[in-house]
Amino acid sequence: MNLALAEKGMKQSTGLVGIAGERAVCDPRGTLFFPSLGLLAVSDLHLEKGSSLACRGALVPPYDTGATLHRLAAVIGDYAPRIVVSLGDSFHDGKGAARLHPSFREGLERLILGRDWFWIAGNHDPEAPADLPGETVRELAVSRLLFRHEPSRVRAEGEIAGHLHPCARIVRRGRSVRRRCFISDGARMIMPAFGAYTGSLNVLDRAYAGLFRHESLMAYMLGEGRVFAIAGPMLRPG
Amino acid sequence: MTAKPDLHAETATALLPGPFLQWFEQKGWSPRPHQTELLARTRSGQSTLLIAPTGAGKTLAGFLPSLVELAGRQKRRPGEARRGVHTLYISPLKALAVDIQRNLGKPVEEIGLPIAIETRTGDTPAHKRQRQKLNPPDILLTTPEQLALLIAGTDARRFFEDLRIVIFDELHSLVTSKRGHLLALALARLRSFVPDLRAIGLSATVAEPDELRRWLVPQASPPPMAGIITVAGGAKPDISILESQERVPWAGHSARYAIPEIYDAVKKHKTTLLFVNTRSQAEMLFQELWRVNEDSLPIALHHGSLDVGQRRRVEKAMGDNALRAIVATSTLDLGIDWGDVDLVVHVGAPKGASRLAQRIGRANHRMDEPSKAMLIPANRFEVLECRAALEANYLGAQDTPPLLSGTLDVLAQHILGTACSSPFDADQLFDEVRSAAPYAGLDRVAFDRVVDFVANGGYALKTYDRYARIRRTREGLWRITHPRIAQQYRLNIGTIVEMPELNVRYVRQGRGASVRGGRVLGKVEEYFAETLRPGDNFLFAGKVLRFEGIRENECIVSAGGGKTQIIVPSYAGGKFPLSTYLADQVRGMLADPDHWQALPEQVSDWLRLQEEKSVLPKRGDLLVETFPRNERHYMVCYPFEGRLAHQTLGMLLTRRLERAGALPLGFVATDYSLAVWALDDMDALFKAKNPSLANLFGEDMLGDDLEAWLNDSWMLKRMFRTCAVIAGLIEKRFPGREKTGRQVTVSADLIYDVLRSHEPDHILLQATRADAAAGLLDVGRLADMLSRIRGRIVHKHLEQISPLAVPIMLEIGKESVNGGANESLLMEAADLIEEAMGTDEDRAGA
Repeated sequence: MNLALAEKGMKQSTGLVGIAGERAVCDPRGTLFFPSLGLLAVSDLHLEKGSSLACRGALVPPYDTGATLHRLAAVIGDYAPRIVVSLGDSFHDGKGAARLHPSFREGLERLILGRDWFWIAGNHDPEAPADLPGETVRELAVSRLLFRHEPSRVRAEGEIAGHLHPCARIVRRGRSVRRRCFISDGARMIMPAFGAYTGSLNVLDRAYAGLFRHESLMAYMLGEGRVFAIAGPMLRPG
Repeated sequence: MTAKPDLHAETATALLPGPFLQWFEQKGWSPRPHQTELLARTRSGQSTLLIAPTGAGKTLAGFLPSLVELAGRQKRRPGEARRGVHTLYISPLKALAVDIQRNLGKPVEEIGLPIAIETRTGDTPAHKRQRQKLNPPDILLTTPEQLALLIAGTDARRFFEDLRIVIFDELHSLVTSKRGHLLALALARLRSFVPDLRAIGLSATVAEPDELRRWLVPQASPPPMAGIITVAGGAKPDISILESQERVPWAGHSARYAIPEIYDAVKKHKTTLLFVNTRSQAEMLFQELWRVNEDSLPIALHHGSLDVGQRRRVEKAMGDNALRAIVATSTLDLGIDWGDVDLVVHVGAPKGASRLAQRIGRANHRMDEPSKAMLIPANRFEVLECRAALEANYLGAQDTPPLLSGTLDVLAQHILGTACSSPFDADQLFDEVRSAAPYAGLDRVAFDRVVDFVANGGYALKTYDRYARIRRTREGLWRITHPRIAQQYRLNIGTIVEMPELNVRYVRQGRGASVRGGRVLGKVEEYFAETLRPGDNFLFAGKVLRFEGIRENECIVSAGGGKTQIIVPSYAGGKFPLSTYLADQVRGMLADPDHWQALPEQVSDWLRLQEEKSVLPKRGDLLVETFPRNERHYMVCYPFEGRLAHQTLGMLLTRRLERAGALPLGFVATDYSLAVWALDDMDALFKAKNPSLANLFGEDMLGDDLEAWLNDSWMLKRMFRTCAVIAGLIEKRFPGREKTGRQVTVSADLIYDVLRSHEPDHILLQATRADAAAGLLDVGRLADMLSRIRGRIVHKHLEQISPLAVPIMLEIGKESVNGGANESLLMEAADLIEEAMGTDEDRAGA
């Protein structure tokens, strides 16, 4: 219908942002790439969330790890980064890495091979993932940037964090659209969760209070093939 | 004929014990033939369906066999083993069970019977439930959900060992849903405990009584049936259609034009029951009536989204005859008797002849007096529909929906429940399940897949075996792996899955969404609240409310008003499509000018004008009109198959037109017709046979096109969620747990996406697609229509809009299609910002 027509004429667009002076690309699949550093950041993979729920009796489809890794492999294939930073909660629980199906483990090892791979410790996975290559760290400083899992409560120039699973919502013409998003005020950024089974929390929730400068707040909402930059005043709670 | 009463009196004396006969005599009544007949059949061990109109003493008849048997039961001596429940009564509504306890208690007391009658519903306190298990009443009044809980208990077999009779009230309404499937499985389970259990079904008149008769008995081949007793209808109802002095509008559903006339009718009667089809109509009608209510008559509002306390207050006031009028939706449809209603007004078309009969039955609960009812058509097509419904009610025509085969999500729930009660043998359970009517045709492969699903999710990728919920023991029995599984099961029982809803909380204006406290008015669906902006006014619980904001699971509102536009919430449920039967009647009426005399002049004029300017289709034909308007090209067709089927047709036609290069822009569907508009001239395309109309409306659209569209449809996601909750894959949402829930659980949408791309043939996706085809999309009806109109499409190209097309053209813009336009909304919002702030490039460089 008219939507399809509109899409044909649409130019492919990625969200270009500047964080503490570093230029980065917000990919509509939910990853962040710094071309000058050859660094790809991805947050909250929550691998093996399905099996974690299954332990507790909710037998949700066991395909989340495969789906998440498949998308991650595609992104890595596109950007060919020298450095990959997984911003924490890479596994849904501490035993997640041990539960990895051998085929997924091999796939993940292939992705890691030949690059600097950093596992940032998250609240779900404070320890290093069992028997996987890559270096486990609490934080990682690169150039003017600081990668960590939980955003610090104080103003932190150059901080890239995850943990909160941001999403944003707009209302137009009586209709509501909610999407995962990157959220930034130009000084720091919180990345969307990448995992197939990860839920999300609206950026206007209390949990984000005080983290960003209101006047320059932008949400980069994930769309089909592009990200949409939406200014703070247009966002709605819920 | 003259000998019959005597014969009957003899049977009555033989069947009824002395105290019962004396009681009838004291009351000045004599047992009615259907009451004694049911007694005799039940005594002989038969299951029976009793079909009777309201007011025929159906309840007493249903319980009489139990009361007589229990009267003969010896008093329990001290030290004697406890006695179990003798009679189980199942009702679709909690309120109905409570009502019955009151109505039945009276004769039991007056006859002097030592019979304990108790209810067990979701409202029954835990200590009472516990006590009921230790010391069960003789008669237990309960709901399908509570029965499912009871049979999943570890002591189920013992609890039901003394059960002799099970009574299903309002059986016609119980059996048409998934609730009915769960109940049929429970009945099969009860029969495995007590093979000679007798079932009594009480029902209003239905189109296919044999379906209900089969439902009551264990399935076998050839299909056996329960006995049937039919009580003829009472006096012919006195139904009229409002002959308004005002102009009947072309379109819309508000019936605002008739408000003064409705108010007059209310003034002239003691108590008027005003039925509408949707909650939004109820809110609007209530508001409009109060606007003209100069005499301040007590007029109340009753619908399913209102706070329970508020509803109970209205019901009580109604019982006390303190109200002059009640505006209600289907929540009052079922057989609860309240007050002296002497007029039923139906605003909007009733959409089905059986529904009309049920609702009219609400007036005047004495069989021998005619019920009085008035129909208010909201627009011109509804005039035709009301006329058709009125004739149908006189003819006694019935159009209750056909029973559907049992769904697999419900079966999964039942299988887990069975395992929670005690370990089961798969072969035995398969036979038991097949003895339930909805599952008579279930094949073993599907059954085994569902067992597999219950055990470990049933995925092709076998990684969950160690987390199995049920596992086969060495003896070959399936047993739950952990007591926790049974606890989780009990929390998630039932087949009613609510759409996410928010409490509406009322606070003082100007305090914003941050305040605490305030009164809860009821619930609105989350998706509606999400479209509101602070300051918006909307109509709810009979008030104009100002939206303040959403806080957790609450929608905060304050007193509204002022000059801003008022929004009426729409509810996803509650819109009934036009029944197949009425649709056919309306088509017949259009085709037959002799019929038009019965119609108001303004409506028959409209039809004559249509005949002049375009054409009126014959009964079996499909009229397709094309015309240009405002640089767009329109196609309007008139299948009269109901809004759901038309919506599905609209989706599929636009896909096809898009492929043909017609550049379709959108469509809108009503119960009667469908309009599609496009940039290209569709008339020219049809003339060039690219595609021909016959091909466009070809039955093959129900193949690949349907499949492709379905998979991306938000409706399917919605249905998947329901199936996943019922089948026990994801947990129900509980009030107050949403916040933590979001962090712990996975949303059904995410599961759907993952499952669809990795295992599209999973049993739960199959169940979802089957539901969609049967329910929301009305695919069956669409298929029937497409085959009916083959070779019977009448195409009329016009220079301008036809009279028949006016109603649907007025709907355009009011109710457009919720396709996938989310991306364009986002783009619009982003573009606005680009204008104001420059491009991404500029900012990134800054």
